[in-house]
Amino acid sequence: MPLQTGGRLELYSLGIDEARAAIDKGEISPMELTAAFFKRIESLDDRIRSFITLDKENALLQAEQAGQNSRHQLAGIPLAVKDNICTEGVKTTCASKILDNFTPPYESTVTKNLKKQGYVLIGKTNLDEFAMGSSTENSAFAHTRNPWDITRVPGGSSGGSAAAVAADMCVAALGSDTGGSIRQPASFCGVVGLKPTYGRVSRYGLVAFASSLDQVGPITKNVKDSAILLNIISGHDPYDSTSADVAVPDFTAAIGQGIKGLKLGVPKEYFIEGMNKEVEEAVKQAIRKLESLGAVPVPISLPHTEYAVAAYYILATSEASSNLARYDGVKYGLRVEGKDLLDMYMSTREAGFGAEVKRRIILGTYALSSGYYDAYYKKAQQVRTLIKRDFEKAFEAVDAIVTPTAPNPAFKIGEKSDDPLQMYLADIFTISVNLAGVPGISVPCGFTSQSLPVGLQIIGKHFDEEAVLKIAYAYEQATEWHMRRPEL
Amino acid sequence: MQYEAVIGLEIHAQLLTESKIFCGCSTKFGSGPNTQTCPVCIGMPGVLPVMNRKAVEYVIRTGLAVNCGISPLSRFARKNYFYPDLPKGYQISQYELPLCEQGFVDITVNGETRRIGLTRIHLEEDAGKNIHEGTGNQSFVDLNRAGTPLMEIVSEPDIRSPQEAAEFVKKLRTIVRYIGVCDGNMEQGSLRCDANVSVRPVGQKELGTKTEIKNMNSFRFIEKALDYEIRRQMKVFNEGGRIVQETRLWDPNRGVTESMRSKEEAHDYRYFPDPDLMPIEVDNAWIEQIKSQLVELPDARRQRFISQYALPDHDAELLTAERVTADWFEQAVKSGGEPKAVSNWMMGELMRLLNEENKQIDECGFRPEQLAGLLKLVDNGTISGKIAKTVFEEMYKTGKDAEAIVKEKGLVQMSDETGIEAIVDEVLKNSPQEVERFRAGDAKLMGFFVGQIMKLTKGKANPKIVNELLRKKLLG
Repeated sequence: MPLQTGGRLELYSLGIDEARAAIDKGEISPMELTAAFFKRIESLDDRIRSFITLDKENALLQAEQAGQNSRHQLAGIPLAVKDNICTEGVKTTCASKILDNFTPPYESTVTKNLKKQGYVLIGKTNLDEFAMGSSTENSAFAHTRNPWDITRVPGGSSGGSAAAVAADMCVAALGSDTGGSIRQPASFCGVVGLKPTYGRVSRYGLVAFASSLDQVGPITKNVKDSAILLNIISGHDPYDSTSADVAVPDFTAAIGQGIKGLKLGVPKEYFIEGMNKEVEEAVKQAIRKLESLGAVPVPISLPHTEYAVAAYYILATSEASSNLARYDGVKYGLRVEGKDLLDMYMSTREAGFGAEVKRRIILGTYALSSGYYDAYYKKAQQVRTLIKRDFEKAFEAVDAIVTPTAPNPAFKIGEKSDDPLQMYLADIFTISVNLAGVPGISVPCGFTSQSLPVGLQIIGKHFDEEAVLKIAYAYEQATEWHMRRPEL
Repeated sequence: MQYEAVIGLEIHAQLLTESKIFCGCSTKFGSGPNTQTCPVCIGMPGVLPVMNRKAVEYVIRTGLAVNCGISPLSRFARKNYFYPDLPKGYQISQYELPLCEQGFVDITVNGETRRIGLTRIHLEEDAGKNIHEGTGNQSFVDLNRAGTPLMEIVSEPDIRSPQEAAEFVKKLRTIVRYIGVCDGNMEQGSLRCDANVSVRPVGQKELGTKTEIKNMNSFRFIEKALDYEIRRQMKVFNEGGRIVQETRLWDPNRGVTESMRSKEEAHDYRYFPDPDLMPIEVDNAWIEQIKSQLVELPDARRQRFISQYALPDHDAELLTAERVTADWFEQAVKSGGEPKAVSNWMMGELMRLLNEENKQIDECGFRPEQLAGLLKLVDNGTISGKIAKTVFEEMYKTGKDAEAIVKEKGLVQMSDETGIEAIVDEVLKNSPQEVERFRAGDAKLMGFFVGQIMKLTKGKANPKIVNELLRKKLLG
């Protein structure tokens, strides 16, 4: 429900669906809508710092071209895009100094699909450098603030996108999720974040962090918008061999269906010693709510959960060490001259990468080294298989799994930045989902006593985003958490 | 002490696909720097590889041609190392589960046939090229070649001499050219060869420490480089030294191999399965389809030429060394040419003329049917064998049919006995001394008389009749 100020509709609070309706009815124009967001950004983003690049001129032009009457679903709708997704002619930095000057000569498949539907690119959002982090503190350019408490992190790595959506600086946004990078910031910022099944959405143009885990997904103000965007970005892409050639259903048709009788697995490994009590309570409340809506909670076990973080940090860093080798100062991006080739390589990468990226490149390089491969990479792959089997087994008995998205609410800026291991544990509940390749969503399910949002994670079977969205929507419609807005 | 050399070869062959292995860019050689590139083969952030099925098919085709097993499941891996001509910082190659394994080819050296085992054939992408010449103190990178599909054929250490090594590469070159997967051009680098060489006392089972030799870009250099390296290693042994495992570069100007990097400096390539590519499944239907399109291979064709056309082994070998040559031969035979005569003409006159202009047989100015036409004229006595040579050269120059040339130049053979007899009489009358000497026993003068007659008839007199008449007149 849009906020009203003195009887006037606040344009920036609209979701995709509401904005679409308002434009179609002629109540607002795409220009007005886009201008409203820029006004909002201009007044707020100094504090939040969601955006790395804003493209006002082009955005207004796109809004103008969208016009009033369009059959395209996103015509004139301003969206933000995480800055690790390539946009032709618009700088794409990955929040890294090494790509500070990089403007892609090609368009990612996901944004190409948004373009086909007439979207307005409002800007590129901040992230942890190369999506490596859980707080957006690893950005080379700025710390994004959590709109609910600007002394706290928005989560990460899609912190810029989540904060921009939460602070009404765009209608919705795209993020990417390798180990929780959409769901965890969505949880921290009180918005909806969906990581689709691996292979559901093309990765072409998403700057690779860990190729076997990366997936693009929507961050939105409500579940329906998530379904709308998923409809648009899904599908087989001939430019991505790992994108699956499976039918894409109409996800908006799934929502609104009842959840009566659906079995919801509640894994004991996701309610652990040391997690925040208020988070635990909010999630348990949410499960009771779902039960009251007709779903049937079933206690389950995902026995290999405790090995997920370790396996993830071997596999993701191994792939990253290779994926990031192309940033060598030869072809594009930063180059620091050196006395010879090796010196140029080392100076460029020393100056271009931040500490966390370097840490992960070193970790991954080590894990793949001859003599260590079997003990690390191969072992981690075996663990990954076991985790996949955990889910397969669980899904023989349940329709979906519900868990907290993160063990804690948003933490203070700087609180964990000196302790990588503590930081890595922020993704403890989201990582398994990436390892298994299944879809997961985070929806707002309450607030702590300090008014910090809590997220409920709903995990589905392979390519069953419909169940995930259906449950999320039913929950959302029965609660009011998603209507709360941070005071800014 | 008697030593023997143990050699294994790695051959890289650029595949003749129209487009690159992971993108739609052209693979054509010789265009301006970086004109055949796109975000994918430049290694832009965010791009992904998509496998060119044709490249996979070419490798399978090669595997079938050299008796390999084709893996039902094959995987691609990343080989990680930094170099400016390698845009992604890794090469997509194969490590575990290559497309083809366990094959062989037979080679013949000094009359002895030996079977050389093949460990594997895999598919990978080529790198670009660094340009250092004429660029001052800067270097440039041309990525046109980056992403060209490359097939690596690895032999077992079954090769025992430089001659065998060269013969093995020749054989593989013939095969890949035959089946149309590689043009085999060693100078341009579309066929490249590295060798692993070690030496051990005869009778010893274990392999000695090996060195890897690179930069041998011709058959001659393969022989020379390996010959040098084997002698070098033996010398080290004889002087009580030990071989150092290292990579050595052949320097064709100085005729030596030189140390490039030692084992300690060797790269750790950190191979791991490429998460951007799905494993390739090759089912029997696909293999059968490729098999059904496979052309007759050089060895089989050579055997058939011997049995079907009754050609000597030597002819059959030369004629089947290149598919185009063999096709040319068979076309001429099909058009009525007698096989051995066609073979003689092709290996004699035709090769001589082509070699003079450094041309290939498919650049020959006339068609095989026209050679058959020429042979027919010789056969039915219209022209003599000697005249045929003239006609052949004219045919080569102009591309005209033999019959037209004979008519145009009035080269029809004189077979009319009375006409020739008159000339024979004239020659004998004008050479009384020679006649006397001949009759006194100087048989060599026969050639003189024939020559005189041919001179008068511009070579057109039927030599058989000339001979008969001369014999009759001089001896009879």
